[in-house]
Amino acid sequence: MSRTQGNTRRHAGLIVRLAAMAVAMFGFGYLLVPLYDIFCEITGIGGRVNDEPASLAQLSGTPVDPDRRITVEFVASVNQQAPWEFRPNVVTMEVVPGELYNTAYFARNLTERGLVGTAVPSVSPGEAARHFLKIECFCFTEQAFAASEGRDMDVMFIVDPALPAHLDRVTLSYTFIETPRAAAAGNAR
Amino acid sequence: MSQTTHAGTHEHHDDHDHGPPKGIKRWLFTTNHKDIGTMYLVFALIMLFVGGAMSLVIRAELFQPGMQFVHPDFFNQMTTMHALIMVFGMIMPAFVGFANWMIPMMIGAPDMALPRLNNWSFWILPFASLLLLSTLFMPGGAPASGWTMYPPLVLQTGDAFPFLIFSVHLLGMSSILGAINIIVTIMNMRAPGMTLLKMPMFCWTWLITAYLLIAVMPVLAGGVTMLLTDQYFGTSFFQIAGGGDPVLFQHIFWFFGHPEVYIIILPAFGIISQILPTFSRKPLFGYESMVYAVAAIAFLSFIVWAHHMFTVGMPLAGQLFFMMSTMLIAIPTGVKIFNWTATMWRGSISFETPMLFSVAFLFLFTIGGFSGLMLAIVPADFQYHDSYFVVAHFHYVLVPGALFGAIAGAYYWLPKWTGHMYDETLGKVHFWLSAIFVNITFFPQHFVGLAGMPRRIPDYATQFADFNMISSIGAFGFGFSQLLFVYVIIKCVKGGQKATDQVWDNPEGLEWTVPSPAPYHTFDTAPVVK
Repeated sequence: MSRTQGNTRRHAGLIVRLAAMAVAMFGFGYLLVPLYDIFCEITGIGGRVNDEPASLAQLSGTPVDPDRRITVEFVASVNQQAPWEFRPNVVTMEVVPGELYNTAYFARNLTERGLVGTAVPSVSPGEAARHFLKIECFCFTEQAFAASEGRDMDVMFIVDPALPAHLDRVTLSYTFIETPRAAAAGNAR
Repeated sequence: MSQTTHAGTHEHHDDHDHGPPKGIKRWLFTTNHKDIGTMYLVFALIMLFVGGAMSLVIRAELFQPGMQFVHPDFFNQMTTMHALIMVFGMIMPAFVGFANWMIPMMIGAPDMALPRLNNWSFWILPFASLLLLSTLFMPGGAPASGWTMYPPLVLQTGDAFPFLIFSVHLLGMSSILGAINIIVTIMNMRAPGMTLLKMPMFCWTWLITAYLLIAVMPVLAGGVTMLLTDQYFGTSFFQIAGGGDPVLFQHIFWFFGHPEVYIIILPAFGIISQILPTFSRKPLFGYESMVYAVAAIAFLSFIVWAHHMFTVGMPLAGQLFFMMSTMLIAIPTGVKIFNWTATMWRGSISFETPMLFSVAFLFLFTIGGFSGLMLAIVPADFQYHDSYFVVAHFHYVLVPGALFGAIAGAYYWLPKWTGHMYDETLGKVHFWLSAIFVNITFFPQHFVGLAGMPRRIPDYATQFADFNMISSIGAFGFGFSQLLFVYVIIKCVKGGQKATDQVWDNPEGLEWTVPSPAPYHTFDTAPVVK
């Protein structure tokens, strides 16, 4: 009787445990996706804190300093292949923290067919992201454009007075991207 | 460590064993650990030359500034494929080959625990590698985004993209199956008396490597599956338009990628730990601390991954954490280096070819380790990042590190495998050519990297010309020197001075108690280990 024979049953428990470990680690790879989102929301990486509309109730209650001025810069970019014209109507604004401001971006569909786009916001520096509250923004929803249509899209924001004192300049950047086909089809457009 | 009193050397035949069948069927259907080990090793040797030829295309293009031989896109395909082939097709299979051949003999087992699975893990490999190589002939060419496969760049790969993903899946599957087999073998098949802490170091390093493989290869599989679904099924794991983030891929990749570098180097540590005591004629210094050091390195490898991506923009606290944890690895690694040095200290040393490669490993791997420490320093890393300094660093740990470890192991065990001594003179010539050319190739890359030459670019500024020319000369010298290695192996397989059972001067380990060449079946009767 060879020593190799009749051993498989003896090994079964360990094999099952090791295989389960491999399957669990495959799942862990996917678990990293939500973990990463949570991590980014905590740290403000990528300006991700304001994916949902903010409300005035989220203001920190820090006393307003009427003499403080913050320069807000507006940046627009499109993927090099994306068929959009996209720019901010105003390039910079001087704002007082704690007050509500309105501005707009302009976008035009450069094709002869309907397009659906999504604007992805980013605030830099990263530590300013959580203090830049967008009350209303075209980036919260998908934007549908008819062929060659162009229009203004509004942004309403407040800079929280709790913005760290050493910051006097905040950049709001949008990248305008054609919504992936499958996602757009899912919205039955 | 272990003392052997009775060696289960005589072949114990029963009606089940008729020796190997003849011809191709022997290799296709074999479940014998020695046959499968041989196939792994031969396959790895072939892939060494495939991947090596690709690196010579790179070095030929970089011989002089300006565009000389190949289209830039093909250059990028070469850097990508060279890395994928060398990592997944060459160095990992080589060490699995050593594990197959040696672990059952070292622990006194008759075979691997799961011989049929073993056959399957090997035979996945050539097909997966052919799948990967076939992309070179596809419209749009082979993958050209670097072996790290970062999106969005990798999503611009042409028709080759799904083949890249599936070949990574298959190569990963092969590794996971091999790892499961090795763990079950080591845990369940040890000879009576062979306790875990009596096992040779090579078995220990492989046991821990196998756990690393099971822990991280599935994570890579998940990451590349996300790439696949992003490209074809409308998911948005890494597409910002759908709320994803390409940086997430880098986290997933390096969560796999950093343990992967230890998967590559730990078996080499094991081989070196077998060879140094033999030729120093002293037992391994600090055996238990070596085991704990390997375990510590394996644990730490899971919490350092972001040092590959300091420049993506992460919080200061994150940078500090990953810098400190990375530097912490220097401690267990230092324990190993000092233990190896202490093993040689006042030993009765002789410099046969395996010893020469091992001493070169010790010396040159340490250089690679030190440049790794430099890269771990966050502010310095911002300058070194993506420069040729990084290329020099990881080639020092991979070529005179892992590859020299594998070559040393091949010379060390060749007489046991073939029954013949290899040609010692040619072996030494092979060593000196390799050791000199590897330094000519990679040492100048430190300098051009520090001076600012970026990696993965087919052209460079003229001030880097001299060092690049030296580096290319070294690369061609190193590449052609390896043909000598093949010649030595073939010569040794065909004949030569008969090897004794012990082969070396009183080496430690059960593998030296069986005849040379090792019979087809060993330890059908368990040896007794005191």
